[in-house]
Amino acid sequence: MQLRDNLVLKVSTLRSRGVIIDVTVLDVMDSFASRTLHDLVRMIKLRGADTVIVGIQPEVAFAMVQLGLTMEGVPAALDLEEGLAFFNQNSLRKETGPRVK
Amino acid sequence: MSNEIRVAIQTDVDIVTARMQGRALGTEVGFGSTDLTLIATAISELARNIILYAKQGEIILEVIANSDPCGITVVAQDQGPGIIDIGQAMRVGYSTSGSLGLGLPGVSRLMDEFHINSQPGQGTTVTVKKWKR
Repeated sequence: MQLRDNLVLKVSTLRSRGVIIDVTVLDVMDSFASRTLHDLVRMIKLRGADTVIVGIQPEVAFAMVQLGLTMEGVPAALDLEEGLAFFNQNSLRKETGPRVK
Repeated sequence: MSNEIRVAIQTDVDIVTARMQGRALGTEVGFGSTDLTLIATAISELARNIILYAKQGEIILEVIANSDPCGITVVAQDQGPGIIDIGQAMRVGYSTSGSLGLGLPGVSRLMDEFHINSQPGQGTTVTVKKWKR
């Protein structure tokens, strides 16, 4: 809950366009955790930023599918690097002018 | 090797304790990492249900040693309000708490055996088993 409040606030103060949530350390993603994460992503979306979840471990992904958790509408990427690549691709598509990196 | 572990469930921290104990016991039995995660997820789900619906209860973990294959039993019991319609509670998408309604049907998919015993006003006991293949 603290993470949620801080994150939604930070999206405003930093005028963030993208948020990467790294869940590598999570050994379990149950339906409660998944819903909390999903809600968080929707709140961030309403503040104008996109979120990508990275680092879902293979066993965790397997358990999530068995449990019926699809995280529909929430983009996921393999790791932090792929997460950053996801945003680079997306903003390139949106912007028309040249981008300074 | 300890054959039975009881974890009182009252707070979020207890959920983490229960699934860590489940992983430890499952490792003793010889489960692989995928099965350990499935077991830990089921424990997490059942313990969350206890807090959500009954406020408090207990998770009992037990090794099934004298059989082939061996396995692990997880019992989640509480003296909460109980479930009026178990058939409904086992349906995907049904929830009285505003959750996703994946909990119980999901747990039955994570594990090999699933039994539920519940009487309105007398609490709920869910017993699940996973066999080592």
